[in-house]
Amino acid sequence: MKDDLAKLIDRIDAGRLSRRGFMGGAAAIGALATMGAPAFAAGEPKKGGILKMGISGGETTDTLDPGLSDSPVPFNVIKQWGDTIVNITADGGINPNLAESMSSNAEGTEWTFNIREGVKFHNGADMTANDVMQTYLRHSNEDSKSGALGIMKGISGMKVEGNAVVITLETGNADLPYLLSDYHLVIQPNGGFDDPNAAIGTGPYKVTSAEPGVRFAFEKNAEDWNTARGHYDGVEILVINDATAKTSALQSGLVHMINRVEPKVAKLLDRAPNVTVENVSGRGHYVFIMHTNTAPFDNKDLRLALKYAINRQEMVDKILDGYGGVGNDTPINAAYPLFDETLEQRTYDPVKAAEHYKASGHDGSPIELIVADTAFPGAVDAAALFQQSAKAAGIPLEIKRVPDDGYWSDVWNVKPFCASYWGGRPVQDQMYSTAYLSTADWNDTKYNNPEFDALLLEARAETDTVKRKELYSKLAHILNEDGGVICPMFNDFVEAHVDDIMGWEKLPNGEMMDGFASSMTWLA
Amino acid sequence: MHPVIKLVAQRLALGLLLLLAASVLIFVGTQILPGDVAQSILGQSATPQSLANLRAELGLDQPALTRYFSWLGGIMQGDLGKALTNGQDIATAMGKRLGNTMFLASVAAVIAVPSAIILGLIAVRYQGRWPDRLISTITLATVSVPEFLLGYIAVYFLSVQLQWFPSLATVYDGMTFGEKLYAISMPVLVLVLVVLGHMMRMTRAAILNVMQSAYVETAELKGLRKFTIIARHAFPNAIAPVVNVVMINLAYLVVGVVVVEVVFVYPGMGQYLVDHVSKRDVPVVQACGLVFAAVYIGLNLVADVVSILANPRLRHPK
Repeated sequence: MKDDLAKLIDRIDAGRLSRRGFMGGAAAIGALATMGAPAFAAGEPKKGGILKMGISGGETTDTLDPGLSDSPVPFNVIKQWGDTIVNITADGGINPNLAESMSSNAEGTEWTFNIREGVKFHNGADMTANDVMQTYLRHSNEDSKSGALGIMKGISGMKVEGNAVVITLETGNADLPYLLSDYHLVIQPNGGFDDPNAAIGTGPYKVTSAEPGVRFAFEKNAEDWNTARGHYDGVEILVINDATAKTSALQSGLVHMINRVEPKVAKLLDRAPNVTVENVSGRGHYVFIMHTNTAPFDNKDLRLALKYAINRQEMVDKILDGYGGVGNDTPINAAYPLFDETLEQRTYDPVKAAEHYKASGHDGSPIELIVADTAFPGAVDAAALFQQSAKAAGIPLEIKRVPDDGYWSDVWNVKPFCASYWGGRPVQDQMYSTAYLSTADWNDTKYNNPEFDALLLEARAETDTVKRKELYSKLAHILNEDGGVICPMFNDFVEAHVDDIMGWEKLPNGEMMDGFASSMTWLA
Repeated sequence: MHPVIKLVAQRLALGLLLLLAASVLIFVGTQILPGDVAQSILGQSATPQSLANLRAELGLDQPALTRYFSWLGGIMQGDLGKALTNGQDIATAMGKRLGNTMFLASVAAVIAVPSAIILGLIAVRYQGRWPDRLISTITLATVSVPEFLLGYIAVYFLSVQLQWFPSLATVYDGMTFGEKLYAISMPVLVLVLVVLGHMMRMTRAAILNVMQSAYVETAELKGLRKFTIIARHAFPNAIAPVVNVVMINLAYLVVGVVVVEVVFVYPGMGQYLVDHVSKRDVPVVQACGLVFAAVYIGLNLVADVVSILANPRLRHPK
């Protein structure tokens, strides 16, 4: 333990470990108890200053309508002005936000959310239970183009009772509060029916200027109902899509924090003076997906052969530069509640791969793997590593590299074997329902297993967490053995900020502290 | 009619014809882009019915020829149409971006053109001696380095290390003129370095060509100072090729700065065009293409007219 502690202190001296990192590391080796009074007590947040964020992933074509937002800049913009009724905590719990409390019946089919009173929108109007219901209506009605439409599908009815919203579901869902924490579902006056682009909400900052693809500016919401957040006088979001421009803006002090640091440069950037790189393991993962209904991938032995023929650790080391964890051919990792830790980790095993390949009776012709840079950062290199490790097992892979343009419409979900990524979802049910249920639109492995479907629906309505965990364990085992997904790695959110930023926390639910960086941090 | 007016009118007519041809090319080009607008707007959740509805709404079910003429008709009346992705009026949205691009280009031009010509004159004056060699070597080097690399080198030294200039050139409403000038200092520097060499070397070559003439020898024998000969006698006769190369570089400053805009995150036309190409927003792409074509043709037209006016043989035909 002593050595470990010395190492931590060395790293502080070298300026590479934040105070929080030290506390976490020290707690892990049990040193804090012996240290007496914590020498690094967290200071009170300081008020004031303008926070400047350099965010990549924004375009001229972006709108302020939360329903139509699907990229990082709109995500971070929404998080400034909007509030959902609940938030997810760092350890996967539910934190009431605009809802003060919630309850459900035993089957999880009827949910009651008691809406906080005395909250005002930026335009001065009162936020009511009716606004909440209208918001959900706008995102769930038939011709909605909302990105949250998928998660609102199971709702069969809604009504307002006093200051509560009562939501009825077609089938029980113990995860409903998690679904309602989705960033699209920020509450707008009258649900945003009158003006979806108004960007009027109840959040800590008000929009003062919006130039899509260029810059968004915000001022402090002086009437914010939650006085514990929003320490800055204002926030600026600068859209910086070029990775080099983004890091140099941080280094030259033009912005205080940036999102999406490439793993390749993260270690170098961390060495720069006055800059701290933060990483948190999220639920996002990179995958190679096989259509289980198309030859040759309809053969379970061939799928297993390919699963054994990939070197996961090598991918984490070389593609993610260590900023991530190995996957286990399911979309779920320890960042999810009710994760099954008993599932054995599959490792690279060329002998087993060769056995399964032989058993599959494949004719030995090259198997075509389609890949493009846009599939995930480093996808083309990852495919080359896969090709080499498979070759050692006698499995011929042929890489077909295609342009980024049109990849998501012409290749993904269309071609039988390609590279892709998933951003992850807050809970297991949502991840499985989005991509592995046989009826899902985005069932990109064309997986059709009645047993899997039935177990998934059973788990969704199960309110006993012990039984639920067992059901999720079964689901993970089925996909790991039989599914069409090869998941080599889970990628971390890697971000960076200047050392003047205090109060940074690890929130695995989304980038930039799940979008709450401006709410929770402050300038030293 | 005076032959010069006739010549200019001819050039103008030719320019318009060229623009029309360019509009055909742009239209055809955007039609053969892979992918489908309706599909990319609706995304994965598209159903065949909603696709058909959207295609009808956008007029994509009409034959290409009909669509071309209705598009052209709109442009004649100054209507560039609406962006498919966010429904904004293209003329308004693009006007601002075009203004930004023009601002960057004109600041760069105001610095680059006089310096290129003066440096060219100096290089001729000291031909073959060290000032000539120094100027030629440096400008050749800056021309040879790709502009994005030049940009990154400049960012590393001037923004990150010395912190003299901002590495981001984001400009927005509410900035004063001075703040805007400071914000774009880095892209201006890079653009000047990129275009300076070409113009300077062309000036030098054109004047040197003229310096072989008999009348320059006469001027020398009269005992005129070398610089007076270059500025008074040689340069006016070398204007035509110089203007041509200046105009090509000005056109580059407007239509070719996409890379520089991306490196310095400048909200100009280039970034606007790239965003809409990736979203298959065809009306915007067509409008941008047409504006670029018009700028290019227009500047070349100016170059043609100026070289006609600068040439006495064309000005006073027998």
